[in-house]
Order: sequence, then structure tokens, then C-alpha cells
Amino acid sequence: MSTVRAAESLLALSRQEELEDLPKDYPLSPSEDEGDIDGERKHQKLLEAISSLDGKNRWKLAERSEASLKVSEFNVTSEGSGEKLVLSDLLGPVKTSSSLAAVKKQLNRVRSKKTLELPLNNEEVERIHREVAFNKTSQALSKWEPIILKNRQAEQLVFPLEKEQSAFAPIEHVLSGWKARTPLEHEVFNILHKNKQPVTDPLLTPVEKASLKAMSLEEAKMRRAELQRARALQSYYEARARREKKIKSKKYHKVLKKEKAKKALKDFEKLQKVNPTAALEELEKIEKARMMERMSLKHQNSGKWAKAKAIMAKYDLEARQAMQEQLARNKELTQKLQAASDSEEEKGSVEEEGELLVPDTVNEIQRDADGPNPWMLRNPFSGPKEAKVQDAEQLLEPVAHEASESKEEERPGAKEDILLNTFEERRALRKKSGLSQDAEPLRKQESEDSSSQEVLSELRALSQKLNKANQQSGKQNMTSLRTVLPVQREEPTEAEEEPLLMQRPERAHTMEELEELGKEGCFQNKEVPRPVVEGQQLERNPHNLPGAPKEKKRKEQMIDLQNLLTTKSPSVKSLAVPTTVEELEDEEERHQKQMIKEAFAGDDVIRDFLKEKREAVEASKPKDVDLTLPGWGEWGGVGLKPSAKKRRRFLIKAPEGPPRKDKNLPNVIINEKRNVHAAAHQVRVLPYPFTHHQQFERTIQTPIGSTWNTQRAFQKLTTPRVVTKPGHIIKPIKAEDVGYRSSSRSDLSVVQRNPKQLSTRHKKQLKKNSVN
Amino acid sequence: MKVKMLSRNPDNYVRETKLDLQRVPRNYDPTLHPFEVPREYVRALNATKLERVFAKPFLASLDGHRDGVNCLAKHPKSLATVLSGACDGEVRIWNLTKRKCIRTIQAHEGFVRGICTRFCGTSFFTVGDDKTVKQWKMDGPGYGEEEEPLHTILGKTVYTGIDHHWKEAVFATCGQQVDIWDEQRTSPICSMTWGFDSISSVKFNPIETFLLGSCASDRNIVLYDMRQATPLKKVILDMRTNTICWNPMEAFIFTAANEDYNLYTFDMRALDTPVMVHMDHVSAVLDVDYSPTGKEFVSASFDKSIRIFPVDKSRSREVYHTKRMQHVICVKWTSDSKYIMCGSDEMNIRLWKANASEKLGVLTSREKAAKDYNQKLKEKFQHHPHIKRIARHRHLPKSIYSQIQEQRIMKEARRRKEVNRLKHSKPGSVSIVPEKKKHIVAVVK
Repeated sequence: MSTVRAAESLLALSRQEELEDLPKDYPLSPSEDEGDIDGERKHQKLLEAISSLDGKNRWKLAERSEASLKVSEFNVTSEGSGEKLVLSDLLGPVKTSSSLAAVKKQLNRVRSKKTLELPLNNEEVERIHREVAFNKTSQALSKWEPIILKNRQAEQLVFPLEKEQSAFAPIEHVLSGWKARTPLEHEVFNILHKNKQPVTDPLLTPVEKASLKAMSLEEAKMRRAELQRARALQSYYEARARREKKIKSKKYHKVLKKEKAKKALKDFEKLQKVNPTAALEELEKIEKARMMERMSLKHQNSGKWAKAKAIMAKYDLEARQAMQEQLARNKELTQKLQAASDSEEEKGSVEEEGELLVPDTVNEIQRDADGPNPWMLRNPFSGPKEAKVQDAEQLLEPVAHEASESKEEERPGAKEDILLNTFEERRALRKKSGLSQDAEPLRKQESEDSSSQEVLSELRALSQKLNKANQQSGKQNMTSLRTVLPVQREEPTEAEEEPLLMQRPERAHTMEELEELGKEGCFQNKEVPRPVVEGQQLERNPHNLPGAPKEKKRKEQMIDLQNLLTTKSPSVKSLAVPTTVEELEDEEERHQKQMIKEAFAGDDVIRDFLKEKREAVEASKPKDVDLTLPGWGEWGGVGLKPSAKKRRRFLIKAPEGPPRKDKNLPNVIINEKRNVHAAAHQVRVLPYPFTHHQQFERTIQTPIGSTWNTQRAFQKLTTPRVVTKPGHIIKPIKAEDVGYRSSSRSDLSVVQRNPKQLSTRHKKQLKKNSVN
Repeated sequence: MKVKMLSRNPDNYVRETKLDLQRVPRNYDPTLHPFEVPREYVRALNATKLERVFAKPFLASLDGHRDGVNCLAKHPKSLATVLSGACDGEVRIWNLTKRKCIRTIQAHEGFVRGICTRFCGTSFFTVGDDKTVKQWKMDGPGYGEEEEPLHTILGKTVYTGIDHHWKEAVFATCGQQVDIWDEQRTSPICSMTWGFDSISSVKFNPIETFLLGSCASDRNIVLYDMRQATPLKKVILDMRTNTICWNPMEAFIFTAANEDYNLYTFDMRALDTPVMVHMDHVSAVLDVDYSPTGKEFVSASFDKSIRIFPVDKSRSREVYHTKRMQHVICVKWTSDSKYIMCGSDEMNIRLWKANASEKLGVLTSREKAAKDYNQKLKEKFQHHPHIKRIARHRHLPKSIYSQIQEQRIMKEARRRKEVNRLKHSKPGSVSIVPEKKKHIVAVVK
């Protein structure tokens, strides 16, 4: 080892020398000289090191060669004692005197001389060679690592690894070795040759080749540009369409639709002017579509979707709107096409005439019954209410008149007609607003709580004269209206009717009802803030009563909405009915229990079970160990017990075991003893590649047989890890097989080169490596 | 009125040809096929039992040599041809399909120490105790011709082993040193030496073909680089290594057959710790050869048995022995990875199946599927005690069995001592040396 260390120090020294040799060309400087001296010292050290290489560690005695101020008795030289002799000091005077040029030269020569590099020990060199070669080789081998890893982890390896390429000879090669023999073949070949049909690749006739070349460059360019443009346009339109399709705004789509409709209308008008027959056809088409629509139940809110929506409509504004839209569409489609404006005028005039001829009511009824419904003619969102109210007023007044002057009527059944009318109207009203639905029962039960009913009552007040019963009830309404508040406060039991009221939304079938729903928000809550509403109502009523009921209703609604937000609903008493039912059920249950008790009166299963469980728990508890020996250390004999102290001392308390699994399960006993018979077949320790028992259990639990798996899966699950072909020689893996480039030079050629040269070439490199 | 009729697509139930299998609709509802784990367990158990029942690995014995078989060589191109060299200098070429000797050559005087075939399969080389290297033609001499080697090289020292390069006309011999020869020359193109003990075997790396491994009688394994004409590294083991074998699929892995009854698999880049120590033999391991798939290797031992080890397991999966088989000197795994040949002291070459219970010959697809399924089942349930016990059970000759017991006791004692020493000494002063490190003495750069 000492030799090794010496060699290393040698190397280090030589490197330092090299480094110091670098600034050779510069003129002398003190530092340089110091370096020189340093070099000398190193040289000295080197010599020492070399001399120590032979193993004997000789201490070289320092010689005193010159006088010095400090001379120690231990033969210590001046080295390291502050006074250091530097060459520059010596050279200082030399520089000044030119007569000493010869000496200077000599000195310079001495300085430039270097000691020869000592050749490395042969063993050392070899060792370095080996090390470098090993590093190189192991690096070269490391390229195999990924492949080896892959092969080790591969699900399936098929040997031999190299794929045999099935060589297909191209047709030309086959043809070239084939000659026509029979006369038929000769003939065929002659024809082929005559037409200059190619026999070899590429299989193109001269004509084809010419045609391929025919298209000029410009033409081709133009065509290409055209194609490019077309493609660009197409992609542009596609992108645009996609973009438009993505727009979520409903308004945008509505506007778009309207625009389209307008355009279609315009087109149609144009067509009418230009080509009436075509327009007629178009018209017919529309008419047919209308017929179809009338026939079908498509937009009648009766489909699956609509029903689902109807359920949601209660809570979802959008659903409501969607349903309304559907209905609107139905109307749109079923609407009879009004021809030109002049025809409308005609119709109007006819109507006027009809008014003259027939009483309004009749007209009205007819219109309501079979003509295009006036409701339908208008926008379902804005119009109907006012229109209806107005209609009603219009309707009511003449009816009232006629009722009062009933005898002037020509027809005998006019009165019934009128009655019918009123009913009809009422029904319509009811349809218009869900409010009207509860108006009737409420009136029947003389409970006037809904504010909307006031509107109705007012309407009715106008038509009191018509129906006596109605009249009376109307009056009552009026009177009760004023007394509602106190009544309410006095009798909260009235609220018991509310469950019935709650049912309303479910009955809302027609579109109008839904509309109302949509406008009013939550209808059933409207009744809730009753006191406040009615209080306001009472205040307002005196002013508004003679005025338009419509307006009043509006305001009322607004207030309702506000109240809805501010006030709380009183607790609903509707629970009363279900509780009675529950009680009934309870009773039944009790009865059944009683019966069971009676049937199994003798045996107390539960107690038995509890006892059993207690026993099991006791048995499973770890037992204390009592090590007391009676009579040991004290008197023993019959009837003598070891002292309590002693017993306490020798009683080893068993540690509490883990909690039982059935600790918190009162009706279960879980046996925690292991089944010995099953255990013989069970794995005791988790096998190596698995890290968790669940992982292992999962692999065991998934069956691989064809009984449980499809054929494909079975095949996949049972693929063997290694597949070998019988009778095939498996060659060692090759670099080319796995895509690596194998070394182009053969091993032999490398060896055959002069190995000595190789080693000398290596030397420098090796040295560097070893230094590094 | 529309009448709905039952209709079926004939494609669903009609065969296209008569040879097609009938389509059998099958319901895979798991409720209809309960108890999958117990059923598969029973199947696995049966498969394991059947495997043991059908485990008849011995195929044939090739007799004809008049002395112990010292070396074997595979033909690189023909699966049926095997070459063997005996201790009396006789080389025989065998045909495995006919199980007959097709050619006999008196190649050397004294032992035939090594034999190897050329990569092209046209000739083979032998080295013997008579200090010669001889190259022979694979085909026999024509009528009237004499049986003569193509070339003969007279050396100064005895050659103990030979191996041929896998791609080029280069071969390596070992004896005093490792020599690399050009086939055309009578002197080696390069000799490499490190130390002075005789080298017992040399092997070319089959993948990185410029690499060589050798083992010498001074207990070391030396690796060489042919191109740089230098040894690379040396690892010194507890005892002598008889031979090494490179993994044909993993370039830097080789396995050494050692005198201390163990085999050591090394990664040549990190020689200080073997990747795996394979122990099961109860006597010196004399030869080792890799399966061409590189997943397993077979070892021949002085304890009259051969064992098959998976590369990544320390214990053997199979042991083969017969009453008449004596010390097994050489072993080879055939190139189709189906068979194993071993040459032993009592002049016979034996042919074994690599997979003891494998059915030979062509398998029908159903047989194949069943085989695969059984294999997977055995794999799946291999940790279950009953199955494990059956699968591991081997009958051994009394000598081997008693030796195993004895060695187990010895090993246990050693372990106990180690533990005791650890227990009763100052903590940190004694450290447990892992089994892998125990047998490595040093790695020399």
C-alpha cells in the first residue's frame, strides 16, 4: 500500500510541475523565482519519495552547508524558520550588472531544465489500464439494462426472439425467370409487347406515363390553388357553423328563428306575387302541417317529457317556460292561416255584422267553442289575462242586460243559454287562473281567504243579478271580506282546508294555469301570508272596488310576492290526519307483537341467547394465572387458605385481549376461534411479491378458468410466461434484434491491431483518468 | 295490422362450414357458477398431483464411451447433434433423435479437456492433455480418407479449456494464461494473464462477444476484454470456481459453479456482491449451463445429481438423479430449451426433459389450453400449504438426503453461533454478514 501511496504522490507532483511550467515565456519575476524554489523543493521531495519507494524508510540527515543565524541542536535546517533564501534575492544584483550575463544565462538554463518523468510501475500501469477498460466495458454493457428489465417483466416472451421474415418475391422477379412456352402464352406475350405493356415494375404503360406527365405545371398549380381555396372556405364555414351552434344564448337563437321566419314570410310573399301557383302549393303544405299537428298529440304537453316537466314545473321556472313554449308552438301550428289583410277586414266586418245580427254572447260562445280561440290568437305570455278580463266584462254586461230583460228575448231557451254562458265563462276564468279553482270550493265552504277570490267575487258581484245563488254567495263574500281578518284570527282551524288547496298545482293541466303559475311564483304560499295581504286588501278595497279588477289583481300579486319573502308560513296542521293513521298502525303492530308473545310464551329465546353470549365472552377472555402455593412459607393444612396478600402477590393478571368483534353487535356472537380444518388449506404468511393480504386475496378470488371467463379472457389469463417453439434453435439475444447498433468493427480486427500501440495511446488518457 | 313474429338471425346459430365448432351459448352469470375459489383450488391441487404423477424426466442414456465423459458441446445449427469428449481422449458425435453415436474420433492422448463447435457448425475444436489444440471437420471423412484434424496446434503447456467466439473465426484457450487465437494462425494473437495459477475454464460472452470470463484455481473469476487485450476485474471467492456460464439473454449476468456447493450469479458490473447465491447441492458443483431462454440454468454436481435453478431463485426447482448416474462432470441445456444432457463419470451421456412432466410431441389446442390453465392454477395457488408440499416433494437418494440433513444441521449451528455471538458481544462490534457477501473474499481491480 505504501508503494501505491508513493505513486499517487508522484503523480500529484508531476501534475503540479506541469501546471507551473505554463508561464514559461514571461520574464523573470520574484514570484516566478519563488515558484522555482518551490519546484526545487518539490524536486527534493520527489527524490525522497522515490528513495522511499524501495520500502526502506530512511531518514535523511539534514546537512549544514552554510552559516545560519539559527542553528538548532537537532540538525534542523533553516527551512521553515522565517529567514527564507529566495532566488530572486540572489538574482537582484545580477540583473543590474551586465558583466554577469554568462552567469545569468547559466542560471536560466538551469531553470529551464526539468527532471525526467519517472515511468510508472508496470503493475500500476496495468491496474490503471484494467480499471479504465472495466469502466468502459461496464458502461457499454449498461445499454442492455432497459431491455433486460423489459424482458424480465414481460407478460409473455416468445422464443426465438428474432422474427423470421417471410420473403415474398416481387412479381417481376418471378416473371423474369419465366418463359413463355405454349403457343397461347406466346400469343399473350406478343400482344403485351405490341401494346408496350410493361412486364416489370413500375407497372405503367408508356401512355399512362405520358398522361402523368401531361398536366403542365401552371395548370397543376391553378388546380391546387383552387382546391386549397375550396378547402379553406369549407373549413371556414364549418368552423362558423360550429361556433354558432355553440352559442348558448336563447335570445340569440330566438332572434335567429324570428329572422328566419320573417325571411320565409317574405319569400312566401314574393312567391305569391311571382308565382301564385307555387305559393298556393306552399300554403297547402302549411295547411297540411297544421292538420297533422291537430291530429297529433305532439305539442299538447302530454308526452313523457312534458309530464316530467310538469312535475318539475312547480319549482323550475325554465321548465314552465319550456312547456309554455311547446304549447305556443302547438298553437302556432294549429292556427288557421289568415290570408291577406283585406280578408281580415272582411272578417272583422262580418263579425260586426254578426254583432248586429246575433247577440254578443252567442257570438262569444261560438268563438270560444270552435272558432280560432281569441286566447290563442294572441301572445300567450302577455295578452290573455287582460283580454279575458275585458272579454268577461264585455260579456257580462250584455248578459246582465239580457238577463234583466229576459222576456224580450226571442228565443225561449235563451235563459239557459245565458246560464250556460256564465258557466262557460266561469270555467274559462278558472282555467285562466288557478285561483278560480279554489274559489268554488271556498265559496261553498264559506271561507274566503284567498285574495284572488276577491277579484272573482267582484266579477261575480257584477253578475249577481244573473244567478241568485251566486248573488247570495257574492254578497256573503263581500261581507265576509270585510270581516275576514278577525275571523281568521279567531278561528285558525279554518286553515285545515289548506291541504285541499295544496293540491292545486297538480290539477294545473292547461296552459293558462301554467302561465298563472309562472307569473305568481309559488302559488300555494300565496295563501300563507294571509293576514297581511288581507289587511292591505281591506285598506285598498274601498278605493278599488268600483275600478278595474285587473289592476287590483296585479298589485295584489306584487304584494304577495313580497310577503312571500318576508313572512313565515305558519305550521301546517295537516299532520293531524296522518298521525291518526300512524296510531292505527302502531296499534296493529302492538297487536301482532302481543300475538307473537302469546304464541311463544314458554321459551325465552332472547334471554337464552344473551346468556350464551355472556358465556362465550367469558370463555374467550384471557384467564388470570394463580401461582400461589398453599403452605409455602406459612402454615398449611386442611381448611387453611393462603393469605390474601400472598395470593395477590402470585396472581398474574392476564393482559386484556383485543376487543371482541361482536362487542357492539348485541344480537350476534362471532366465534373468533380459528377453524383448524380450514387452516390446513390456508396460507399462513403473506407470500413475497404481495405487500398486503387484501392484494393476495384478490388474486386468489379472481377465477381464471373458462367456467367463469369468456374464451378470450380465459386465453388472456392463461398465457404462459415463456413460449418456445419446438424444434427451433433459440439463439442468444443480439443487439440488432432489439434495435441497437452493434459495433461495426469486428472484435478480431481490433485485436489484430498492435496491442502495444494501443497501450501507449492509452497511457496518457489513463493517466488523466487516474488523476481525475 | 302488424304481426310480430319470433325471428332469429341464422348467423347466430348456423355454422359456416362443417368444420366449425357449434356455437354454444353460455351464461357467465356468477350466481350460476358459485364456489369459484374452492373449485379452482381443487383443480390446482389435482394439477399439482398430476404434475408429480407424470414427472418422468429421464429420456435416454447414450452409452459408448469407454471412459468418463469430460466435456460436452452443442451443435450450433442442428438440434439433434451433440459432441462429447471423454477422459480417454475419445470424441464422439451423437445423433439424439436416433440416440446413436454417429462418429468416433480418437482425438487426443489423455483427457479431452475441452470441446467447442465453430459458430457455423462446420467444424469443432478440441483441446487435450497432450498440449494440442485440434480443429476437426464436423462431417466424417469420405471413403478411404483418414480421420485427421484440419489443423493441429502444438502448445507449450496443457490447455484446460476452449471456447469459440460467437461470430468470428476466433477462439480462446486457457491453461497458464488465456490465449486468443485466430483460426488461421498457429500462435495466439493475444495472451492475457493475471496471476500465475492455472485457469480451468474460459467462456465467451454470447451477446457482447468481445467479453470473456475465466476461472482459475486460485479461487478467482477473471473477466477479460478481448478488444482491449486486457483483463478487467477479478473477484476472489471462498473456494475455487469450476466453471462459469454467461446468460444468453442478459449480457452482464453470469453464473459461477463453485466448489463450496453453491452457484453464484453475478452482475459483471458489480462483482462485490453476487445477485443471487444458489444453494442446494451437497457437493462441489462441476458444471453449469444456461437455458437458451435465460430464465433458468442447470448445474451438474459431484453429488451425482443435476439441479435446475430459476435465475432469480436461490433454491432449485428440480433435481434429477438416477441410481446409476455417478459424479456428473458436464451438463448442457439444448438450444431449443426442451432437454438437458449430462455426461458423467460412468461413461454415459443422459438425456433429460427440462420440464419433468411435460408431454412431448404435438399438442392439440385443447391440450395446450388445459396445460396453460393448469400451469396458471399451480402458479396461483403455489403458496397454499398442501399444494406447496406436493409440488416440492422430491424423492432423493439416501446419500444426498442424509447429506442435506447433515448440512442443514451444520448451517443451523453456524447460524446459532453467529446469533449468540451477536447477542453476547458489545453492540456494534459484531455485524451480521449477509449470505451474499459471505463468500466473496475480495474484488481486485
